[in-house]
Amino acid sequence: MNAAVNPLGSAFLALLLGTTAIVVPARAGTIEVTIDGLTFAPVEIEAKVGDEVEWINKDALVHTATMKGGTEVLVPAKKSGRLLMNEPGSFDYICRYHPNMKGHITVRP
Amino acid sequence: MTIRLTTAAAALALLLGGNSALAADKPTDPQIAHIAYTAGVIDVEAAKQAIATSKNKTVVEFAESMVRDHESVNKQALDLVKKLNVTPEDNDTSKALSKAAETKRSELAKLTGADFDKAYVENEVAYHKQVNGALETLLIPSAQNADLKSLLETGLKLFQGHQQHAEHVATELK
Repeated sequence: MNAAVNPLGSAFLALLLGTTAIVVPARAGTIEVTIDGLTFAPVEIEAKVGDEVEWINKDALVHTATMKGGTEVLVPAKKSGRLLMNEPGSFDYICRYHPNMKGHITVRP
Repeated sequence: MTIRLTTAAAALALLLGGNSALAADKPTDPQIAHIAYTAGVIDVEAAKQAIATSKNKTVVEFAESMVRDHESVNKQALDLVKKLNVTPEDNDTSKALSKAAETKRSELAKLTGADFDKAYVENEVAYHKQVNGALETLLIPSAQNADLKSLLETGLKLFQGHQQHAEHVATELK
């Protein structure tokens, strides 16, 4: 039961932890985009696969972050919305309700 | 369509200085506040008519977003005039806008189905375009108070967004 008295178990555990550390070299982060006065700021952001983008809406208006291709996050008035970046690429997005609001995300592998 | 747009265009021509007397007299802040508020109310009323009449999901969703946005901005406008201790002042431009909207509403009331949807969305494109013109060339440059000017600038961005949204919906209806 006790891993400390079983050398083989300890080695196995070390291997397991070590391997895990290699598979996930960096912690996934959150990149914040503020929405204020119908503007995404910053307009351009960079993320890594596994990161999340969080849109923080300061307007009293409902917005969306709608990617070309259809993925959409609803960002209610005075609230926020999040999206997991699970594939690399270059993505333009708009607010579907106010298509003059534009932003861009580059997702690195 | 041309005839329907003419009333609104005439109202806005007044606003844009088609009338030389008005062009000489720039609107005051209390008048600007009233015009901007009225422009919002008109679009909310048009949207409510669309929600009650249309069976098209895209059109209804668009109309719902108009109600939501314009009610929110008009609430901000009311909070601002209260804070500034300004009483919005009715004026010829507001009256002309309301009258044109009323005419439009009764025209739309005679239509149903796809005819209504098309006429409503086309009018939304034209209406927002005209209000944008008025905001850019007259209301924003005439506003004296910095907070009012800033709210109008946000309003312009909002109306420009609505115009593009309406244009997208119009394309979908074709």
